[in-house]
Amino acid sequence: MAVDQSFVGRTYPPEDVYEVSAEKVREFASAVAGAGSATVLGGPLATADVPAVHVDAAAARALGHADAVAPPTFAVVLAQRSDARFLADPAAGVDFTRVVHGEQSFTHHRPVVVGDRLVTTLHVDGVRVAAGNAIVTTRNEIATESGEPVCTATSVLVVRAPETPTPRTQEEGA
Amino acid sequence: MSATADDQRLEVGQEVARRTFSVHRADLVRYAGASGDFNPIHWSERTAVGVGLPGVIAHGMFTMALAGRVVQDWCGGDPGRVASFGVRFTKPVVVAPVDASPASSPVVAEAPGLPVASSWGAPSPGV
Repeated sequence: MAVDQSFVGRTYPPEDVYEVSAEKVREFASAVAGAGSATVLGGPLATADVPAVHVDAAAARALGHADAVAPPTFAVVLAQRSDARFLADPAAGVDFTRVVHGEQSFTHHRPVVVGDRLVTTLHVDGVRVAAGNAIVTTRNEIATESGEPVCTATSVLVVRAPETPTPRTQEEGA
Repeated sequence: MSATADDQRLEVGQEVARRTFSVHRADLVRYAGASGDFNPIHWSERTAVGVGLPGVIAHGMFTMALAGRVVQDWCGGDPGRVASFGVRFTKPVVVAPVDASPASSPVVAEAPGLPVASSWGAPSPGV
Protein backbone atom coordinates (compact mmCIF):
# COMPACT_ATOMS: atom_id res chain seq x y z
CA MET A 1 0.00 0.00 0.00
CA ALA A 2 1.33 3.41 -0.90
CA VAL A 3 1.64 6.24 1.57
CA ASP A 4 -1.19 8.71 1.09
CA GLN A 5 0.33 11.96 -0.16
CA SER A 6 -2.79 13.90 0.70
CA PHE A 7 -1.56 13.93 4.31
CA VAL A 8 1.12 16.49 3.41
CA GLY A 9 0.44 19.77 5.13
CA ARG A 10 -1.66 18.26 7.87
CA THR A 11 -1.19 19.52 11.39
CA TYR A 12 -2.05 17.58 14.52
CA PRO A 13 -2.51 19.85 17.53
CA PRO A 14 -1.42 18.76 21.01
CA GLU A 15 -3.63 16.10 22.54
CA ASP A 16 -2.20 15.89 26.01
CA VAL A 17 0.50 17.20 28.31
CA TYR A 18 3.72 15.22 28.77
CA GLU A 19 5.24 15.77 32.17
CA VAL A 20 8.99 15.15 32.17
CA SER A 21 9.70 13.04 35.25
CA ALA A 22 13.01 12.48 36.96
CA GLU A 23 12.58 8.73 36.68
CA LYS A 24 11.87 8.79 32.95
CA VAL A 25 14.96 10.90 32.33
CA ARG A 26 16.98 8.54 34.51
CA GLU A 27 15.62 5.51 32.65
CA PHE A 28 16.36 6.99 29.23
CA ALA A 29 19.83 8.21 30.21
CA SER A 30 20.62 4.84 31.79
CA ALA A 31 19.54 2.94 28.67
CA VAL A 32 22.01 5.01 26.67
CA ALA A 33 24.83 5.16 29.21
CA GLY A 34 24.72 1.43 29.90
CA ALA A 35 25.11 0.41 26.27
CA GLY A 36 27.41 -2.48 25.65
CA SER A 37 28.73 -2.74 29.15
CA ALA A 38 26.80 -3.75 32.20
CA THR A 39 23.63 -4.57 30.30
CA VAL A 40 25.12 -7.84 29.11
CA LEU A 41 22.92 -10.63 30.32
CA GLY A 42 23.62 -11.51 33.88
CA GLY A 43 25.26 -8.22 34.68
CA PRO A 44 23.88 -5.52 36.89
CA LEU A 45 21.92 -2.64 35.45
CA ALA A 46 24.31 0.16 34.72
CA THR A 47 23.71 3.37 36.56
CA ALA A 48 27.16 4.39 37.63
CA ASP A 49 28.11 5.89 34.28
CA VAL A 50 25.04 8.07 33.86
CA PRO A 51 26.22 11.68 33.77
CA ALA A 52 25.12 13.45 36.94
CA VAL A 53 23.53 16.28 34.98
CA HIS A 54 20.74 13.85 33.96
CA VAL A 55 19.98 12.48 37.41
CA ASP A 56 21.17 14.98 39.98
CA ALA A 57 19.28 18.25 40.19
CA ALA A 58 22.08 19.89 42.17
CA ALA A 59 24.64 18.99 39.51
CA ALA A 60 22.38 20.42 36.83
CA ARG A 61 21.79 23.60 38.82
CA ALA A 62 25.53 24.05 39.09
CA LEU A 63 25.50 24.31 35.28
CA GLY A 64 22.73 26.87 35.41
CA HIS A 65 19.74 24.63 34.73
CA ALA A 66 16.46 24.62 36.63
CA ASP A 67 16.57 20.88 37.27
CA ALA A 68 18.11 17.69 35.90
CA VAL A 69 18.53 17.94 32.12
CA ALA A 70 17.37 15.29 29.66
CA PRO A 71 19.83 13.82 27.13
CA PRO A 72 19.99 15.61 23.75
CA THR A 73 17.77 13.02 22.04
CA PHE A 74 15.19 12.61 24.81
CA ALA A 75 12.62 14.65 22.90
CA VAL A 76 12.24 11.66 20.59
CA VAL A 77 10.05 10.09 23.26
CA LEU A 78 7.52 12.84 22.64
CA ALA A 79 8.16 13.08 18.91
CA GLN A 80 7.59 9.40 18.21
CA ARG A 81 4.40 9.32 20.23
CA SER A 82 3.25 12.30 18.25
CA ASP A 83 4.32 10.82 14.90
CA ALA A 84 2.20 7.77 15.63
CA ARG A 85 -0.91 9.89 15.20
CA PHE A 86 -0.04 10.01 11.50
CA LEU A 87 1.99 6.85 10.98
CA ALA A 88 -0.41 4.53 12.80
CA ASP A 89 -3.44 5.93 11.02
CA PRO A 90 -4.55 3.09 8.70
CA ALA A 91 -5.60 5.71 6.16
CA ALA A 92 -1.99 6.91 5.86
CA GLY A 93 -0.93 3.54 4.44
CA VAL A 94 2.32 3.16 6.40
CA ASP A 95 3.60 -0.35 7.25
CA PHE A 96 5.51 0.09 10.52
CA THR A 97 7.83 -2.84 9.92
CA ARG A 98 8.95 -1.33 6.61
CA VAL A 99 9.86 2.03 8.11
CA VAL A 100 13.53 2.89 8.47
CA HIS A 101 14.93 6.10 9.84
CA GLY A 102 16.70 8.24 7.25
CA GLU A 103 17.56 11.44 9.06
CA GLN A 104 16.82 13.06 12.40
CA SER A 105 17.52 16.43 13.86
CA PHE A 106 16.72 18.31 17.03
CA THR A 107 16.87 22.03 17.47
CA HIS A 108 16.75 22.82 21.16
CA HIS A 109 15.29 26.22 21.83
CA ARG A 110 16.15 25.43 25.40
CA PRO A 111 17.04 22.16 27.17
CA VAL A 112 14.32 19.77 28.30
CA VAL A 113 14.46 19.61 32.10
CA VAL A 114 12.71 17.55 34.75
CA GLY A 115 9.39 19.09 35.67
CA ASP A 116 8.65 20.45 32.22
CA ARG A 117 5.04 20.10 31.11
CA LEU A 118 5.22 19.81 27.34
CA VAL A 119 2.80 19.74 24.44
CA THR A 120 3.59 18.57 20.92
CA THR A 121 2.24 19.73 17.57
CA LEU A 122 2.87 17.46 14.60
CA HIS A 123 3.32 18.71 11.06
CA VAL A 124 3.45 16.37 8.07
CA ASP A 125 5.94 18.30 5.98
CA GLY A 126 6.44 15.93 3.10
CA VAL A 127 5.62 12.63 1.43
CA ARG A 128 7.43 11.83 -1.79
CA VAL A 129 8.28 8.69 -3.68
CA ALA A 130 11.83 7.79 -4.71
CA ALA A 131 12.77 4.46 -6.29
CA GLY A 132 9.54 2.95 -5.04
CA ASN A 133 10.20 3.99 -1.44
CA ALA A 134 8.10 6.62 0.27
CA ILE A 135 10.10 9.39 1.96
CA VAL A 136 8.10 10.91 4.80
CA THR A 137 9.16 14.08 6.61
CA THR A 138 7.56 14.95 9.92
CA ARG A 139 8.20 17.87 12.24
CA ASN A 140 7.21 18.00 15.88
CA GLU A 141 7.14 21.36 17.57
CA ILE A 142 7.49 20.83 21.31
CA ALA A 143 6.58 23.66 23.65
CA THR A 144 5.61 24.23 27.24
CA GLU A 145 1.95 24.36 28.16
CA SER A 146 2.23 28.12 28.20
CA GLY A 147 3.65 28.21 24.69
CA GLU A 148 7.38 28.61 25.24
CA PRO A 149 9.19 26.81 22.37
CA VAL A 150 11.41 23.99 23.67
CA CYS A 151 12.41 21.74 20.77
CA THR A 152 11.85 21.25 17.06
CA ALA A 153 12.30 17.60 16.09
CA THR A 154 12.45 16.75 12.39
CA SER A 155 12.37 13.17 11.10
CA VAL A 156 12.92 11.78 7.65
CA LEU A 157 11.48 8.28 7.49
CA VAL A 158 11.80 5.87 4.61
CA VAL A 159 8.95 3.44 4.04
CA ARG A 160 10.73 0.77 2.06
CA ALA A 161 9.04 -0.70 -0.98
CA PRO A 162 8.14 -4.38 -0.76
CA GLU A 163 10.75 -6.71 -2.17
CA THR A 164 10.28 -7.74 -5.75
CA PRO A 165 8.43 -11.04 -5.87
CA THR A 166 11.46 -13.30 -5.86
CA PRO A 167 11.52 -16.29 -3.52
CA ARG A 168 12.38 -15.28 0.02
CA THR A 169 14.66 -18.09 1.06
CA GLN A 170 15.60 -16.48 4.35
CA GLU A 171 12.13 -16.26 5.74
CA GLU A 172 11.73 -18.36 8.82
CA GLY A 173 8.63 -20.56 9.12
CA ALA A 174 5.23 -19.33 10.21
CA MET B 1 38.33 13.31 26.03
CA SER B 2 40.92 15.99 25.54
CA ALA B 3 39.31 18.07 22.81
CA THR B 4 36.27 20.12 23.70
CA ALA B 5 34.03 22.58 21.95
CA ASP B 6 35.85 25.36 23.75
CA ASP B 7 39.40 24.87 22.60
CA GLN B 8 38.93 24.19 18.94
CA ARG B 9 38.61 26.41 15.96
CA LEU B 10 36.26 24.37 13.84
CA GLU B 11 36.30 23.89 10.14
CA VAL B 12 33.51 22.38 8.11
CA GLY B 13 34.02 18.65 7.83
CA GLN B 14 36.49 18.46 10.68
CA GLU B 15 36.28 15.36 12.87
CA VAL B 16 36.02 16.41 16.49
CA ALA B 17 35.50 13.12 18.31
CA ARG B 18 35.43 9.39 17.74
CA ARG B 19 34.35 6.61 20.02
CA THR B 20 33.39 2.98 19.46
CA PHE B 21 30.43 1.36 21.20
CA SER B 22 29.57 -2.31 21.41
CA VAL B 23 25.86 -2.96 20.98
CA HIS B 24 24.08 -6.00 22.38
CA ARG B 25 20.51 -7.21 21.94
CA ALA B 26 19.93 -6.47 25.61
CA ASP B 27 20.78 -2.83 24.93
CA LEU B 28 18.10 -2.66 22.26
CA VAL B 29 15.47 -4.18 24.53
CA ARG B 30 16.38 -1.73 27.24
CA TYR B 31 16.29 1.22 24.86
CA ALA B 32 12.95 0.05 23.48
CA GLY B 33 11.49 0.19 26.97
CA ALA B 34 13.04 3.53 27.81
CA SER B 35 12.05 5.21 24.56
CA GLY B 36 8.73 3.55 23.83
CA ASP B 37 9.89 2.33 20.40
CA PHE B 38 8.82 -1.31 20.34
CA ASN B 39 9.10 -1.97 16.61
CA PRO B 40 9.78 -5.73 16.40
CA ILE B 41 12.59 -5.32 13.86
CA HIS B 42 14.68 -4.28 16.88
CA TRP B 43 14.16 -7.54 18.74
CA SER B 44 12.56 -10.16 16.47
CA GLU B 45 14.85 -11.89 13.99
CA ARG B 46 11.85 -13.34 12.21
CA THR B 47 10.22 -9.97 11.70
CA ALA B 48 13.45 -8.27 10.65
CA VAL B 49 14.39 -10.92 8.11
CA GLY B 50 10.79 -11.16 6.94
CA VAL B 51 10.83 -7.53 5.85
CA GLY B 52 14.12 -7.93 4.02
CA LEU B 53 16.57 -6.71 6.67
CA PRO B 54 19.79 -8.65 7.28
CA GLY B 55 18.73 -9.31 10.87
CA VAL B 56 17.72 -7.41 14.00
CA ILE B 57 18.99 -3.85 13.71
CA ALA B 58 19.55 -1.19 16.34
CA HIS B 59 17.11 1.69 16.63
CA GLY B 60 18.50 4.60 14.66
CA MET B 61 17.58 6.71 17.63
CA PHE B 62 19.68 4.48 19.89
CA THR B 63 22.62 5.10 17.57
CA MET B 64 21.90 8.81 17.65
CA ALA B 65 21.66 8.76 21.43
CA LEU B 66 25.12 7.19 21.62
CA ALA B 67 26.39 9.89 19.31
CA GLY B 68 24.70 12.36 21.62
CA ARG B 69 26.85 11.13 24.48
CA VAL B 70 29.94 11.88 22.44
CA VAL B 71 28.68 15.31 21.44
CA GLN B 72 27.66 16.12 24.99
CA ASP B 73 31.07 15.17 26.34
CA TRP B 74 32.66 17.29 23.66
CA CYS B 75 30.50 20.17 24.88
CA GLY B 76 32.01 19.86 28.34
CA GLY B 77 29.33 17.51 29.64
CA ASP B 78 26.51 20.04 29.51
CA PRO B 79 23.58 18.83 27.39
CA GLY B 80 22.24 22.36 27.54
CA ARG B 81 24.98 23.43 25.16
CA VAL B 82 23.79 21.12 22.40
CA ALA B 83 21.68 23.69 20.58
CA SER B 84 21.12 21.66 17.44
CA PHE B 85 21.94 18.07 16.69
CA GLY B 86 21.33 16.22 13.45
CA VAL B 87 22.25 12.90 11.90
CA ARG B 88 21.84 10.98 8.69
CA PHE B 89 21.52 7.23 9.06
CA THR B 90 23.77 5.66 6.46
CA LYS B 91 24.10 1.99 7.34
CA PRO B 92 22.15 -0.45 9.48
CA VAL B 93 23.73 -1.55 12.74
CA VAL B 94 22.97 -5.26 12.67
CA VAL B 95 23.01 -6.72 16.16
CA ALA B 96 23.71 -10.42 16.57
CA PRO B 97 21.75 -12.71 18.90
CA VAL B 98 22.62 -12.59 22.57
CA ASP B 99 24.97 -15.54 22.46
CA ALA B 100 27.07 -14.10 19.63
CA SER B 101 29.59 -11.30 19.53
CA PRO B 102 28.12 -7.83 19.81
CA ALA B 103 27.99 -5.40 16.95
CA SER B 104 30.57 -2.70 17.14
CA SER B 105 30.40 0.56 15.30
CA PRO B 106 32.35 3.75 15.45
CA VAL B 107 30.64 7.00 16.22
CA VAL B 108 32.15 9.95 14.46
CA ALA B 109 31.13 13.47 15.30
CA GLU B 110 31.91 16.03 12.66
CA ALA B 111 31.28 19.69 12.11
CA PRO B 112 29.47 20.06 8.81
CA GLY B 113 27.31 23.02 7.90
CA LEU B 114 25.07 22.47 10.87
CA PRO B 115 26.54 22.87 14.35
CA VAL B 116 27.27 19.21 14.90
CA ALA B 117 26.25 15.96 13.30
CA SER B 118 27.33 12.39 13.59
CA SER B 119 28.06 10.66 10.36
CA TRP B 120 27.11 7.09 10.97
CA GLY B 121 24.07 5.20 11.95
CA ALA B 122 21.46 2.71 11.10
CA PRO B 123 18.48 2.95 8.89
CA SER B 124 16.27 1.84 11.63
CA PRO B 125 12.65 2.44 12.24
CA GLY B 126 11.84 5.62 13.90
CA VAL B 127 8.54 4.43 15.09
